[in-house]
This record gives sequence, structure tokens and C-alpha cells, in this order.
Amino acid sequence: MHRIGVFVCHCGTNIASTVDVKAVAEAAAKEPGVVFSADYQYMCSEAGQNLIKDTIKEKNLTGVVVCSCSPRMHENTFRKAVSAAGLNPYLLEVANIREQCSWIHKDIKDGTEKAIVLTRAAIAKVVLNAPLVAGTSPVTKRALVIGGGIAGIQTALDIADAGFEVDIVEKRPTIGGKMAQLDKTFPTLDCAACILTPKMVEAAQHEKIRILSYSEVCGVKGFVGSFKVKIKRKARFVKEDVCTGCGLCTEKCPMKRVPNEFNLGMDERRAIYIPFAQAVPKVAVIDPDHCNMLKNGKCGVCAKVCSVGAIDYKAQDSFVEEDYGAIVVATGFEPINIDAYDEFAYSQSKDVVTSLEYERLMNAAGPTGGKLLRPSDGKHPHTIVFVQCVGSRESDGSPKCGKSYCSKICCMYTAKHAMLTREKYPDTEVYVFYIDVRTPGKGFDEFYRRAAEQYGVHYVKGMVGKVVPENGVLKVRAFDLIAGEQLQINADMVVLATAIEPDKTARPLATLLTASMDTNDFFTEAHPKLRPVESPTAGIFLSGACQGPKDIPETVAQAGAAAAKVVGLLAKDSIVCNPCVAHSDEKLCNGCSRCERVCPYGAITYVDKEFKMPDRSIKIRRVSQVNEAVCQGCGACTVVCPSGAMDLKGFSTEQLRAEVDAICK
Amino acid sequence: MMTFSYYPGCTLKNKAKDLDEYARLSARALGVELEELNEWQCCGGVYPLSKDEIATKLSSVRALMKARDNSGTLVTLCSACHNVIKQVNRDMLTDDYIATRVNNYLGADGQYHGETKVIHFLEMLRDTVGFDEIKKRVVKPLNGKKIGAYYGCLLLRPAKTMQFDNAENPRIIEDLIEALGGEAVIYAERNECCGAYVTLEDKDFAAKRAVSIKNNAESMGAELIVTACPLCQYNLKVNAAGGVEVKYFTELLAEALGVKEGFDE
Repeated sequence: MHRIGVFVCHCGTNIASTVDVKAVAEAAAKEPGVVFSADYQYMCSEAGQNLIKDTIKEKNLTGVVVCSCSPRMHENTFRKAVSAAGLNPYLLEVANIREQCSWIHKDIKDGTEKAIVLTRAAIAKVVLNAPLVAGTSPVTKRALVIGGGIAGIQTALDIADAGFEVDIVEKRPTIGGKMAQLDKTFPTLDCAACILTPKMVEAAQHEKIRILSYSEVCGVKGFVGSFKVKIKRKARFVKEDVCTGCGLCTEKCPMKRVPNEFNLGMDERRAIYIPFAQAVPKVAVIDPDHCNMLKNGKCGVCAKVCSVGAIDYKAQDSFVEEDYGAIVVATGFEPINIDAYDEFAYSQSKDVVTSLEYERLMNAAGPTGGKLLRPSDGKHPHTIVFVQCVGSRESDGSPKCGKSYCSKICCMYTAKHAMLTREKYPDTEVYVFYIDVRTPGKGFDEFYRRAAEQYGVHYVKGMVGKVVPENGVLKVRAFDLIAGEQLQINADMVVLATAIEPDKTARPLATLLTASMDTNDFFTEAHPKLRPVESPTAGIFLSGACQGPKDIPETVAQAGAAAAKVVGLLAKDSIVCNPCVAHSDEKLCNGCSRCERVCPYGAITYVDKEFKMPDRSIKIRRVSQVNEAVCQGCGACTVVCPSGAMDLKGFSTEQLRAEVDAICK
Repeated sequence: MMTFSYYPGCTLKNKAKDLDEYARLSARALGVELEELNEWQCCGGVYPLSKDEIATKLSSVRALMKARDNSGTLVTLCSACHNVIKQVNRDMLTDDYIATRVNNYLGADGQYHGETKVIHFLEMLRDTVGFDEIKKRVVKPLNGKKIGAYYGCLLLRPAKTMQFDNAENPRIIEDLIEALGGEAVIYAERNECCGAYVTLEDKDFAAKRAVSIKNNAESMGAELIVTACPLCQYNLKVNAAGGVEVKYFTELLAEALGVKEGFDE
């Protein structure tokens, strides 16, 4: 005989204001099997939990239903309470009468009615719950960091300093990411390279860190604590362990006219190249799309000049498979493509540049050696117009496919560009067109005001409507919203603060990791406030701009936070598994393999098994088997199984039917 | 021979006869028959923004209905007509308030819900005939003549409805110019409004805009400007007299296809 207790929470007024909690408790009391039903102000409080524990003992309950918030919030809390009173924790059901009921209803009658139905469904399910025992699985004490920008480097360093091994997988030939391309960093104006390159070197020299540059993650199996990751090591055509980074090959290579991606195509490199002087690892790489030897079998100059014999034209992509306990995503961002924004004439004039290109033009290691020169004719510009929010903060459904969000970093770096330009070249006039200037952050607003007030940067509220290149001048047409007048500025250069978006590799990676993303392809965090560096997928952590637009200080802070979470996981020897896993009824299994194909975790295998038939003969049949340590309980197999052999413990078809029946009653 | 329903519009029967005639001659040479709708009415020239007045949308709806009952596709040529008819078509498809009231008015004449596909003559050239095909049919190539396409505003905007080309960096007329053997000159003001709509109110302003556009095209090397819009043509030619020559793109097409002489001015 079932003895069910029902506990209805007020959640202060969160539930009680739109659900008559007393009526819910009364209705629950009338359900068959319910021997106790009560309401309480805060069920998650210590007193509330004690009420549950005491009742379990007094009434000798066989099942508990708590009507409260979403199970994502407090299911664990209540499972612990139930367990402390000696009941199996899986004999608890949570009826979500807050997020899915009280919060979305305005009318107390509707809310109450729905809460009663949800409670009834939970009661119908709990009577079918079976006690489950969670197993444990071991933790591989190594971490993988995907992306070698400042976010990935910082996370790797922090994990390594705690004593755990870390691999950094970086798709480019060197680590360093976007920060390596920057000139100065706001708000203190220290040089980006000066603060980044020591970290790159530290990562390279750290005994616990291994850098797999020019590599990509191409397969992920397993689950939290024991991931198996397949990594593609792209052929460099230069032996990484032999090359000394002397750079002679990069001077002698005859293929000179390859656009240099590090300088955003504003100058050229050779077919064999080292991305930049402080690259880590400082090893050359051959670009197979431009190398004459690899394309036509003619040349071989680099092999001739290399004194250590590091060149290997026959190199092939190779694959390695590694085990990790945790994976950190640090894939960063890219500026958006601005083809749809040609009112700014980016495709028509070389003197219209993006902010990242401007960053390279200001950089001492950039294509102009740090001298500010117009790309079209190499002359010194005297009037520069900065346009903010290019592609950011656009209304939904705009035909330009811009971003609805604020890219966050542009106001500050534009203030930086404007200030540095005025400081280096006081003879230039600098205009900044803005929608709003958004500079919250320590020392940020002071920084912006310094640009406007001390450096005489002309901040104009309004947007640029058109840039017309004509006879070597950029006619910038704009509207000054405060003065209420149209402006035309004859500029020498226009700089576009382009919106940023997640790196293009993030989406396919998210699929491999089964990590969720938002509509903008930023990784979603497990909780936007309380769990900001964890993905909802266990064992996957988020670092830097892959989760949302971020500046360097914020990225570094989040990178450290992600590392702390990883260390917290790796410090454990084993983790408790979810006992709500699939299992197959061998007698019903028809051997179709659909479950095996659909399983994202590789938890299902097929075996040949002997069965005694009714006529006492022996028949060998192929049937599915679930590896309970690997199964994550997603339930996909139960949906595709045509014979009803697959079922999920804790969420069996029978239980779900009972819930639906209770709702439809 | 392919046949499309065709809506010429009033201006093409009057001031802009050449825009229309060259288009028909060229189309015929390319194996397309433009079948003029029976009893079409003036589109009004300006897309009516007011939501409470449906009378101004009726002529477009009637044209759209006829085209639906013929072949399902309506080809337009005048930029203003194209803009008005395409926007009204969107209203009939997506705006229940307008569609219901228009259909109530139409009553026994039939019902319309935006079924017709509205394409501009240029889109017909690109998507049905194909610029590669046109290139093959050219008998008098333009020999690298530097030509600036002038789009104006009506063909491109509102971009979401017109879906004509990248509104900030269009290519369709440039691609046609190149198919005809000319050299397309890209200049920034090719998608700016010429200001023709304010001619009656402020002629100087319209002239100023037109001069600016012509100067921009000329400074980028254009020897000729081609347009698809009678209003732009008038403004660029009459309000801003002198400077670089302005023609309809259909004249250029007819010339290159060797059928220009068929038109008796």
C-alpha cells in the first residue's frame, strides 16, 4: 500500500500570490495513496525540510511529492532531505508549480487549477517510482582547453598551477588569439603584446601544459569525468620539434604575395611563414594553398635553406585521441562580415577600415610599423571619422542581418583609438559617431571622458548614413542628433567599430560537445547569474567571448573562474553518476540497432545472446545492451525503439503515461 | 517564347516611351514576350503609407489579380510602379487589416491574398534569361565603355520587401553592363535618392542631389549613367542639365542586342 506525502510550497508570494496553495494541498489529500498533505511558506528552508523528514518518519511514507519550483532549482535539495530520513532519494517527485505555473499565470483560479493538475500528475508518477542507486565513475585528471587566446591561456595556466595536466588545442599555428593583434589595451594603455606574450611563454614552458597548435577537435565521446576527444593535427610541413624558428625559410621563400592574415590582409607574407615574431610555438608553417612545392612539386627552397632539416613536404594530417575529465571552451570571437553595410563604402575604398585593421595600423609590428598612414596612398590622414555600432544593436528582422546585442567592447576601444590618435598626431581631427556611449567598468567612464575632454575628440551623437569616396576624399554624411542638423565631414579615413560574433567554429564544436547555444551562437551558461562559467552539459566549461562579448579584464576573470570549476571537478577521484539511465528488455529487443545509432554517448552496444524458445529450442539473437556508466539518460533511444524494449529508469514509459492520464483525467 | 504579364505604367506611355519600347524590343530578341495587362490603372506613383485608406491600393491589387489569373508572375519596369506594386503585394500577403478591407471592397470582383510574384524587368533578365545568355546574344558590344549604374532608392528599398539586391552594394545593373561588354563603374551615390520627389516643392534641392550624384559618378570615371527610373532620369537630365550623359538601361540593352533601330522615336 502506497503512503504518499504531498508538500506544497508558497515560495513566499512567488507561488502563493497566483496559486491557492491551501486548495492544492486539500485537493492532493483526496488523491488515492496520499496520507499526508500540507502547505508551508518556504519548503526549501531548514524548517521546511525538517517537516518533510519528520513526516516521512512519522507517517512511514513510501513516496514524497514536493510542489515547488523547477526541479532544476531544488530537486537535489529535496532528494537529500528525503534521503536523510531514510527514504530512497528517487522516491521523490517535484511538481513545478512556480516557473511553469504561478509565474506565467495572472489569474489565481487558472493557476490553482493547473497546480492541482500538475500535483496530481506527480502523485501518479511517484507511486510507480522505484528506488534507484547511483553508481560512481572515475575522473580522468586532465583538462582540455579549446582555443588558445587570452581566455584559453589563462584558464590553462590556472588549472596547471593547481597541479593538473592541461592540453590547449588551437586551430591557428600559434596561440595568442585576438589579443596578440591588439596594440594597446584600455583603460591603462599598456601594450597588449607586453602583457600577453609573457603568458604565452609561461604556458609553453609550464610542465603541466601541452600546446597542440594548428589542431582542431574533431570528435568528442564520453561524459563528465571521462571524455575521449579526437584531435586533428593539421600538417604543418615543418617538424615542430626540429624547427628552431630562425625564420630563414620565411625570408627565402619565393612565394611572396600571400595576404597576411595576422595583419588582416593589409600586407603580405610568404608561403612558409611564422605568424608573428612572438608566436608560440615559434615554428614555421607552410600554407599548402600557396606553396609551389606542395601544389606543383617545384621549388624546395625552404628545405634547401633549412640548416636543421625541419621541412617535411610529405607530412600528412594526423589524428590523436586523448582522455580528459573536463573540457573548457574558449573559442572567442570574430568581427562580423560587413558586406551588407556598404553605405560606409568599405568595399569601395581602402581608407575605410575596421577597428581591428586600425589596431594593426597603429601597432609597431603592423604593416606600417606603427605609423598611421592611409592604406590607399600611404599619406598621413588629417581627419578621421569613427563610426560605432556597425552591425550591433540592430532591431530584429533588419534586412542587414546585424546583431541585436551590444558588442560591448567597441565604445572603449574606439575611445582608445581616438585618444591614441590625438596623442600621437595632434594635427588630426577625430570624430566619433555614436548611438550611446556605454562605458561602465572600473576606470572606463573616466577614460572616455578623458578622450572627449582632454584630448579634444569630437563625440557626435548620431549615425553616419553614407560615406562617399570621391577624388581621394571620403565624404562622410551624418546627422547630429543634438544639434539637429545634417553634417558632411570630408575625412581621410573612416574606422568602423564592427560588431563581434562567436567564432565560426563554435557552432560545429557545440554540436560535438552537445553544449547548448543561444540564437546568436554564443554558448549558454548553466545559469546566467549563479553558474556563469559552466555549460548545462556536465563537464563542459566556458571561458571568454565564446559565452558573450567581453573585454580583456572580464575575459581573464571568467577564465580564472572556469579554471576554478575545472579544478573542483578534477580534484575528485570519482563522481556520482545519474542512475536514471536507459535499460533494454532483451526479450522485447528486435535487434534493429536504431538505439545504437541515435545514442550520442556511444553507450549502447549489441551482443549475440542465447534465448530459450517456448519449444525448448535455443535461438541466438542480437540484442542491445546499455553501458550504465556511459549512458547520460537523455532518453533518445527510448523514443526510437520500435518494440518498446528501451526504457529509462525513473522516467519509464509507464510513468509518463500515468502522468499524462492524471493530467487528462 | 516565354510570356509574362507586364505592367508598363503611365509614364512609360508618355514621357518614358523609350524605356518601355526598348524593353519590349530587347525582350523579344531574347525570346520573352511581355504581355501588357488589359485595362491596367495608374499605380499612383507613390506607395501609400496611410493604413486607413485602401482606395489608393486598389489599382495595384487589380493588376496583381490579373497577373495571378494569367501566369502568376508580373513583370514591371518603372522603378516607382515596381516599388508600389511590390509593397502593396506584401501588404496583401502579410497585413490582415489591409487585406480584409481590400477584399471586402473587391467583393464579387474576386479575392486576392498576395499570390502573384512581382519581378522587375532586370530580375527577369537575370533569373529567367540569364546574363550569360544575354552575353551570347550581344551583337554590338559596348567595347569597355565606362558606365555607372544608377539605382536610386525605389528599386532597392525597403530592402526587406523589395529583395532586389544588396541595398548598400547592389550588383545587378553592373552585371548587366558587363554582360553587354561595358565596364561597370562603382560609385557610392548610385543607391542614393535623387530627390526627384521634391522637385515641385524645392527644385533647387532636387537639382543639388542630382548634381552630386552625377559628379560622384563622373569622378569615379563614368562616361555614361544608366537608370531604370523615369523620375530619376528626368531629375538627372533636366534638373541637373549638362555633365555626364544619362540613359535608360533598356536603351543600352537594345543597342547591344542590335534591335535599337526597331524603335521609331
